[in-house]
Amino acid sequence: MSNIQDFFSMLFSPDFPFIRNAFFAGVLSSVLFGVLGSVVTVKRIAGLAGAISHAVLGGIGIALYLSATGKVPGLSPMVGAIIFALLSAGIIGVVSLRSKQREDTVIQAIWAIGMSIGVLFMAKTPGYTDPSSYLFGNILLITSSDLTLLALLDVIVLFLAWRFYPQIEATAFDEEFSQVRGIPTKTVFLAILSITAVAVVLLQTFVGIVMVIAMLTLPAGTAGYKAKNLASMMIFATLFSFLFSFSGLLIGWIVDLPVGAMVVVIAGAFFLGRSAGDVIKKRRIGRD
Amino acid sequence: MNIVPVALTFHDVSFSYPHLKVLDDVSFHFHQGEFIALVGPNGSGKSTMLKLVLGLESPQTGTIKLLGDDPVRNRTLVGYVPQHASYDPTFPISVLEVVKMGCIGSLGRGNKQKNTEQALKALEQVEMKELADRPYNALSGGQRRRVLVARALAAEPAMLILDEPAANLDRESEQRLYTTLGKLKGSTTIMIVTHDMRIVSSLIDRVFCLDAHKEGKKGRTIVQHTLEDEMEGETKRVRHDVKIPADYCEYPAGGKSE
Repeated sequence: MSNIQDFFSMLFSPDFPFIRNAFFAGVLSSVLFGVLGSVVTVKRIAGLAGAISHAVLGGIGIALYLSATGKVPGLSPMVGAIIFALLSAGIIGVVSLRSKQREDTVIQAIWAIGMSIGVLFMAKTPGYTDPSSYLFGNILLITSSDLTLLALLDVIVLFLAWRFYPQIEATAFDEEFSQVRGIPTKTVFLAILSITAVAVVLLQTFVGIVMVIAMLTLPAGTAGYKAKNLASMMIFATLFSFLFSFSGLLIGWIVDLPVGAMVVVIAGAFFLGRSAGDVIKKRRIGRD
Repeated sequence: MNIVPVALTFHDVSFSYPHLKVLDDVSFHFHQGEFIALVGPNGSGKSTMLKLVLGLESPQTGTIKLLGDDPVRNRTLVGYVPQHASYDPTFPISVLEVVKMGCIGSLGRGNKQKNTEQALKALEQVEMKELADRPYNALSGGQRRRVLVARALAAEPAMLILDEPAANLDRESEQRLYTTLGKLKGSTTIMIVTHDMRIVSSLIDRVFCLDAHKEGKKGRTIVQHTLEDEMEGETKRVRHDVKIPADYCEYPAGGKSE
């Protein structure tokens, strides 16, 4: 009990900015996970987002290598990650639109090649670089400038989701009909993929690749059971996302375990529990 | 005597996918206000025809005019009812929201109140207004098909195109769907695309069949068949033994007379 009290007193204490920053990162990333995660879920492109989020490790590895060897001094890993994310989003997007039958193979190839490039370059980077730190991240290392970037992305994503809500909903529900209505479905798809790629980079730098892909799918998936439409799915997913992030932070702190992994386990348990509940409910209705 | 303009014209249209010749020298037309059936066996190129009509594909040779202009320019005047076979039952959406998609513009948010009014009016046309707030995934297959008809009607289209409207529907649902279409007959041009080559609804004025090959051609072409009443006027039988050139029309040149 005293651990919980300690946590809350530190959360409001100016002496422990890292806890407060982690808390606000949870709030701000919840908006991205909720809104983008819902779009990714209803458009069924979670696999694409997964490939992009893992492929960015290649960009991170190259940036770390170039920076540490002095070839491009001061090159931020985030720059490498963004280049790789947009590149992989572009390739996946074009293949998905032009050659649907090759989509699966290309997604897996980009996923694997991106990660392997990252590991190879990290191995040749002077000093010790641990790839797993990028897989799970550390939410407790978030700075105030990181929070500003997150807030900026929140505003952009919220605006775009509001402005193009009818087109996003329609293309996700029935792409062929949307095309006949004159909606540029390919542009909408590529825009969603690119924004997801940029968001994935920003988020994975803070919370890790594994948590990003889990949080893009699990809160939205859980919200899908309750939501009446895409807008309410986004709201519920944002709330679930915050709930999972906060409880992961709290429990991770109390039992001294990695917060990112804790958040994923909580979100996963909640989603699987909700899915199991739904299956049982349907069986009961079927029996009655 | 008013002249009714042509709704759809195919003139010497040929279309191929990279390794497959689908259509060869297809020429046919029909007029506004007509109720047309385009029939053909599975794999005959009906879906390709639809894509060409809706401007989702372009022919390699020949011209297509939809309501007097290029299909890409005029396709928003068409109410399209797809099969929607890949429908995701976990997609959270209400009936009203599905129908409102029919009023959607290419990039704008649109007028929410006006779109809702138009959607409710379209739901009334298919006698489903009372289910407006129901989740779409809670409807039966027949009800979902009528919601998609309402979605197509929401923008008050000049022409309605339905892809396999009776697929997976029971007899009662099919009858209800055709009752709705019967009310629209005359005021809206209607084209249904179906694989049932034997029997069509008695509402159909003319039938075009996509099952013939011209001599020396690999792709299919279209011929017209006559129709014969059967089942006490409820349905019409397609007379495959009586072929009419696809581009033949009994109406005066320039349009049918009213």
